[in-house]
Amino acid sequence: MKLPADVVSKKNGKHTIQPLSDPKIEAKDLDFFYSEKKALSDVTITIPSNRVTGLIGPSGCGKSTFLRCLNRMNDIIPGTRVQGKILLDGQDIYAPDMDVVQLRCRVGMVFQKSNPFPKSIYDNVAYGLRVNGWKDRREIEAKVEQSLRHAAIWEEVKDRLKSSALDLSGGQQQRLCIARALAIQPEVLLMDEPASALDPIATARIEDLIQELKKDYTIVIVTHNMQQAARVSDFTAFFYLGQIIEFDRTEVIFTNPRQQRTEDYVTGRFG
Amino acid sequence: MRLLPKSFKANKRERGIELFLLFCASVSILTTLGIVAVLLFETVDFFREVSIVSFFTDTEWTPLFAQKRFGIWPLLIGTILISGIAMLVALPAGLLSSLYLSEYAPDRVRRVVKPVLEILAGIPTVVYGYFALLFVTPLLQKFLPGLSGFNALSPGIVMGIMILPLVSSLSEDAMQAVPRSLREGAYALGSTNLQVSFRIVIPAAFSGITASFILAVSRAIGETMIVAIAAGQQPRLTANPLVPIETMTAYIVQVSMGDTPVGTLEYKTIFVVGMMLFLSTLVLNVLSQRLRARFREVYR
Ligand SMILES: Nc1ncnc2c1ncn2[C@@H]1O[C@H](COP(=O)(O)OP(=O)(O)OP(=O)(O)O)[C@@H](O)[C@H]1O
Ligand SMILES: [Mg+2]
Repeated sequence: MKLPADVVSKKNGKHTIQPLSDPKIEAKDLDFFYSEKKALSDVTITIPSNRVTGLIGPSGCGKSTFLRCLNRMNDIIPGTRVQGKILLDGQDIYAPDMDVVQLRCRVGMVFQKSNPFPKSIYDNVAYGLRVNGWKDRREIEAKVEQSLRHAAIWEEVKDRLKSSALDLSGGQQQRLCIARALAIQPEVLLMDEPASALDPIATARIEDLIQELKKDYTIVIVTHNMQQAARVSDFTAFFYLGQIIEFDRTEVIFTNPRQQRTEDYVTGRFG
Repeated sequence: MRLLPKSFKANKRERGIELFLLFCASVSILTTLGIVAVLLFETVDFFREVSIVSFFTDTEWTPLFAQKRFGIWPLLIGTILISGIAMLVALPAGLLSSLYLSEYAPDRVRRVVKPVLEILAGIPTVVYGYFALLFVTPLLQKFLPGLSGFNALSPGIVMGIMILPLVSSLSEDAMQAVPRSLREGAYALGSTNLQVSFRIVIPAAFSGITASFILAVSRAIGETMIVAIAAGQQPRLTANPLVPIETMTAYIVQVSMGDTPVGTLEYKTIFVVGMMLFLSTLVLNVLSQRLRARFREVYR
């Protein structure tokens, strides 16, 4: 795929690119605190629309924290604080008049550890529709099926929609959670290590799915797996100690990074 | 693995301690067994003199009068009536307050409110009894002119208030045991706080909440002081909460405090009624144990 030309800017000695393809999310000088502990500092990044953006970096560097800022999931952790701006389609999501419930419908999330509700498979997917005001049973049924198909799990569960989601295997549960997130048709899909607990086959299916979804969604994915990042993402950001060290097109990050630390990390010489 | 053989003396001391602990544990078990044995013995004795059929079909309970009748229903209905009123207060209020504490209250508020609620549970029941008799009943009489000085309504409400902290505290524990990841999953799908509470947290904590409800019912059935003081002592087969009634527990107090000679039929009624109480709370406790065991399993 031919990506549009990008602008490379240099700020505080760091190279970051501003992809010109329409920006979906822009974080500007973002700082984040868990009570006293600063977990993100000065994060500036532009996430392009209809692309897959990968977040990589060592454990504890703030990838999940950043991801959870994008749908304000950190709001429910007491004592957290955000400084700076995050714009979704140019609109500040931390503005006082922002409707958080609506924001989370637009920015969906798949968690690192699959977390199906202790309900039936069907109800897991229908849940998001119901809380968003869907009433018509037929419409809900159709949407549930469509989402399950989309998440490549329909064939495995179509005969047992009424059985508990907790009886599914780990990989199936994760795909169910993806289906659940897709059902409410978000614009952005945040995925926190969606394949970390899966076997290679299930992982491959999820990666295929991500490629497929990119047509309709803007995807941000956290991964510890370098090959996976290289395979699925168009852009990659390298996080280290709460900062973005480098953000560029994926092939640049993996073949010709500007920063020594990025190179050390992606080649496994970190430490 | 033990490398050195234990000295004989140390071994002997260990054995002694073990026996002592066993003895302590046995005391409560033996006491319980003793109580059950006495109840059973006296109950069997009672039914030698009174037919079990009339016990369950007669509609009057007048063992202390010249014209003796032994129908358990007035006491049973009295107990159910008061417990029912108490549950109407304690269950919704307890559930909502636990929901507030678990899902809404900021940490600061929770840290204050929870201990305060638990203090409520520590007030002696005799205080609640006089509170019902001397404060709540006169207050209610302002709105309900037909309310007698002794009635089921006022002690029922007060008992509900007394039991509320039990429900709230146990339900809150059950809600806190619901993993945060489930709440996050629901919030991520655009749920409001209310939707997360009622569609995720309550269903997931359901068996724990039910267990707290059952425990509350058995607490209400066994509660004695409040009803003995404020409900009156007139066994009466009625669902009217405005008139004096008598519960099983209040009857036992009434007879035990009187000068009923040991061995008479009146004396034996204490044990029969005690047996009824024991059986009903036993069934409820077993039920609640089962539910709690199940709710522990859900999130291994
Ligand atoms: N709820 C929390 N309270 C306090 N500190 C937290 C909390 N969650 C995360 N942190 C801290 O914030 C920092 C960033 O954590 P984060 O979870 O974002 O890392 P991560 O990059 O996602 O790591 P991993 O790859 O292991 O998932 C870590 O130092 C972590 O200890
Ligand atoms: Mg993480």
